[in-house]
Amino acid sequence: MSGSTIQRVLIVGAGQAGGETAQRLRAGGFTGEITIFGEEPLPPYQRPPLSKKYLAGEWGEDRLLLRPASVYADEGVTLVLNRRVVWIDRTAKRIRLEGGQELPYDALVLATGAKARALPVVGADLPGVHLLRTAAHVEAIRPRFVAGAKAVIIGAGYIGLETAAVARQLGLEVTVIEAAIRPLARVTSPEMAGFFLDQHTAQGVRFALSAQVAVIKGQSQVSAVGMADGSEIPADIVIAGIGVAPETALAELAGLNVNNGVVVDRAMRTSDPDIYAIGDCCSRPLVHYGDRHGRLESVHNAIEGAKIVAAGILGQQPPKEEAPWFWSDQYDLKLQIAGLFGGYDHLVQRGDMAARKVALFYFARDRLIAVDAVNSPAEYLGAKMLIQEGKSASPADLADPSIPMKDIAAKARAH
Amino acid sequence: MAKITYIEHGGRQHVVEVPNGQSVMEGAVKNNVPGIDADCGGACACATCHVFVDESWLAKSGDKSSMEESMLDFASEVQPNSRLSCQIKVSDALDGLIVRLPASQH
Repeated sequence: MSGSTIQRVLIVGAGQAGGETAQRLRAGGFTGEITIFGEEPLPPYQRPPLSKKYLAGEWGEDRLLLRPASVYADEGVTLVLNRRVVWIDRTAKRIRLEGGQELPYDALVLATGAKARALPVVGADLPGVHLLRTAAHVEAIRPRFVAGAKAVIIGAGYIGLETAAVARQLGLEVTVIEAAIRPLARVTSPEMAGFFLDQHTAQGVRFALSAQVAVIKGQSQVSAVGMADGSEIPADIVIAGIGVAPETALAELAGLNVNNGVVVDRAMRTSDPDIYAIGDCCSRPLVHYGDRHGRLESVHNAIEGAKIVAAGILGQQPPKEEAPWFWSDQYDLKLQIAGLFGGYDHLVQRGDMAARKVALFYFARDRLIAVDAVNSPAEYLGAKMLIQEGKSASPADLADPSIPMKDIAAKARAH
Repeated sequence: MAKITYIEHGGRQHVVEVPNGQSVMEGAVKNNVPGIDADCGGACACATCHVFVDESWLAKSGDKSSMEESMLDFASEVQPNSRLSCQIKVSDALDGLIVRLPASQH
């Protein structure tokens, strides 16, 4: 389909991916109709601060919003909030909203995101048991998230650990329960996981590792987490951060190809060429990793998908894909991650864990595939650039902190 | 509150009032000034909010942290007056600030 025939773009999902798509379309000169449908009450906002500055109370709602609500009207973008899209009629190219209203599209963008997994145990519906995925979730957490309260965090991924860090900073007692033998088991190496475990332990966080939750106990509200071994951990508040599942129901109903996310090609097109999928809900070819498909839960992926879709609709050249990137803030530690570490066979450490300034470079054979950089932005940016360009770097150079990262990257790029 | 002038690479000017406590980056993004991507939203995690601070404002805009300095090492067209705009906090003292934007953040 040529760009000029697209007059009506409907975007399902008012998260960062959806909001950015509208913005990029307008910035690129699109003059047709744009409507964004969101199930939450807020215009597109940033999710990363939810478990960081927003939870800590340092940021209010105004700073959370990607752009003020007024900007959408100014740009002629219709925001339809608190509404669900329930059906896609691909033949007629229409969507149906909850309540029955139908709207036609020329191009449809699924930016439906992911939903937090609920705890699959009895008592998970007690007051005081929370998920942390939306601004409303954080609002619900806040009244119980006060100094002296006993917080039990279930799941030691990034959300769980960031939440633990904020809880300690606010003076809560914190226990983190994790089913795996170490924190961050799904997202980083044992070495980096050990570093974060030590940091949190030093901050007074207690860990229950290799531990299974059996039940959440309480009468009118949560009072304890009952473990599979029969022990109990007292709790005034429980926050579950046990991962997310891509929101693919709409795509599945519509008969689109779905496999751990809505499957898209490099142009973010689904198996229906008039329907795109971007952000957390999609599974896209990972161009720096042999085009295997993967789902990325990140700001980078949300923004990049939006840029690619906008370029596609406008008939413009899409941007070159960046190496996947992520970050996590815990206490005064800034972890910056570039690339995907899965499948590494060895790692190279640069810097000193005791000094809390350390980078781990992950290699598959002789190829650099990822970096975890703690308080080491040069290592992060240098590695990201190399991964993007398909270059590696000398492990011996990387292990020598006396050689500036900038020089290592320049040498590797010249190869 | 500070009145900040953002000058796009092509020369177009945007004058925006930014509340104290927000960053120079937020002032641009929330007012739809093009040329600052700020992909990470101000977490000093991405280096896509690079600006050139007008020489007369350099001292008042504060010092770079070592983290910011390292990030800028990898930005393109870096100058001595380069800053990451997410790291410049707005106050009354910055009323009148002028920043210029690079051709590209990527």
